[in-house]
Amino acid sequence: MTRMALVLILSCVAVLARAQDADEAGQREKRWTDLATVLFDGRAPAPAEGLIDIDAPNRAEDAALVPVRVTLSQPGAVEALWLVIDDNPSPLAAHMIFGPGLDARNLSFRVRVDSYSFIHVVIATAEGLRVAQKFIKASGGCSAPMDADEDAARKTMGEMRLKWGKPQDGATAAKLMIRHPNFNGMQMNQLTRLYTPADYIETISLRQGETKIFDLDGGISLSSDPVLGFGVRLSGAAPIEATVTDSLKNVWTQEFAPPSTGE
Amino acid sequence: MARAASDRLRLTRRGFGAGLGLCCLPKIVRAASDRPMRLNEVAPEIFIRRGADEDASPENGDAIANIGFVIGENSVAVLDPGGSLADGARLRAAIREKTAKKISHVVLSHAHPDHVFGAGAFVEDQPSFVGHARLPKILAARGEFYRKRLVEILGEAATGPLVFPTATVEAATHIDLGGRVLRLNAHPPAHSGADLSVIDSRSGHFLPADLVFVGRVPSLDGSLLGWLAELDGMARENFSAITPGHGPARLAWTEALAPLRAYLTSLRDMTQGALDADQPLDRLLAAAERQRDSNWTLFADYHPHNVAQAFHELEWGEDRK
Repeated sequence: MTRMALVLILSCVAVLARAQDADEAGQREKRWTDLATVLFDGRAPAPAEGLIDIDAPNRAEDAALVPVRVTLSQPGAVEALWLVIDDNPSPLAAHMIFGPGLDARNLSFRVRVDSYSFIHVVIATAEGLRVAQKFIKASGGCSAPMDADEDAARKTMGEMRLKWGKPQDGATAAKLMIRHPNFNGMQMNQLTRLYTPADYIETISLRQGETKIFDLDGGISLSSDPVLGFGVRLSGAAPIEATVTDSLKNVWTQEFAPPSTGE
Repeated sequence: MARAASDRLRLTRRGFGAGLGLCCLPKIVRAASDRPMRLNEVAPEIFIRRGADEDASPENGDAIANIGFVIGENSVAVLDPGGSLADGARLRAAIREKTAKKISHVVLSHAHPDHVFGAGAFVEDQPSFVGHARLPKILAARGEFYRKRLVEILGEAATGPLVFPTATVEAATHIDLGGRVLRLNAHPPAHSGADLSVIDSRSGHFLPADLVFVGRVPSLDGSLLGWLAELDGMARENFSAITPGHGPARLAWTEALAPLRAYLTSLRDMTQGALDADQPLDRLLAAAERQRDSNWTLFADYHPHNVAQAFHELEWGEDRK
């Protein structure tokens, strides 16, 4: 009798737990469907079937700084890419439009991850939209998606660096670093009277001469001091020009020399 | 404003009582608050509750930081009110076991949830809530995020409200409790962006809060180089004994300092080495996730986070390429 009751209770608990999991999975799926409808005007992206590989830590160790690496197996056929953190307050982290100067085999981003969330990467190809996903657990403890001191980042805001890596198959690996608090703003607080408006990166564009490498629309889901990794198909000795704009209408432009070829 | 806050607190309390027995969570919280708080007298009339070397959980009620109080001739100062409203309420009850003197000050050592969410339990005493000059801004940016996270673990009633400082410290200040003066120092970004440390003039006892971790792996949320520089400065001081933010309630200063400096120094050197070798952040983080160090508890939980923080700080440090 007692055992029977216990078994009944246990199985109820198990069923409840399963129902909860199914419920949660359903909610996450609905969240993505809703987001995709808004982002892509109702066109539903099809599974990427090996076209996209997302490499990110299973747990966001630092909620403000989560590296995401995207590998595209057929980058030549891709026109644009969307990076979405479903459960962030502002899910679209980056919308990147590829130019002829870009080698998109290996792309890397740094994002904020506020809570347990799917990361979705969508690409636009001639055959339509394709999507891949990865689930990321939130960080623990004192880790927060907001930086401890955005004032410090503000002092050097707009400073940029372009670091060159190794050449491979006609392209050269590059890393663009931008100093910016990418700050989501602070609400007016009744007690403290503190209010700071949002100030985040809106666009990043990279050119070599007339050749577009990429244009990117950002948002507060990118980390502060964002760092982007990509490949560049260099043509000649023309300088690389980076232009960054933010939501407070600041514009920064900086020129970088292409890597020296003598080495 | 104080009136509104205490009304809110009463409401919370009522909610807390009404929830008892309805589900398992408030029961656990009640069990935790029924247990008397074990205090260590680390110096004459300085009492410390040693926090558990764990992350916040329903079982520990976020009572994971070293918290306590100092009794003067006229009044009492709380040195970190605790990790939740329930934790703060237990601390307040423990103070009332020892003395009926007015609680004149509640020091908020920094913005992390395990140190500040107990503050709600002291609102009715109308103390001066003292924090670093940058604390209000950090609490305004992150406070609600921390609260939401804690509510997910402890429930609304046990978590309590976010309390902002009513007095802030730019560089240094004194608190006079009658017959004993506490010296408060506001530090540049180190462990966090708003660290406040306390020295008791009567005993020479030092309470650096989370500027010092012992046993539990340090967590970096300010500036690695800044923290090392602050420790260099503090190392020259001759404190009688100290109470770290995490670890034993009382120990010798040199004993507390050495392992912390060794960890932070090796974190700096390892990260700089990776940057010099052009190692990308994700590869370094993946390696950090596999790293183990039996000298520290919760190493696997915080070390990768520290590596990410250090990487971000040092990669902009100077252009070496």
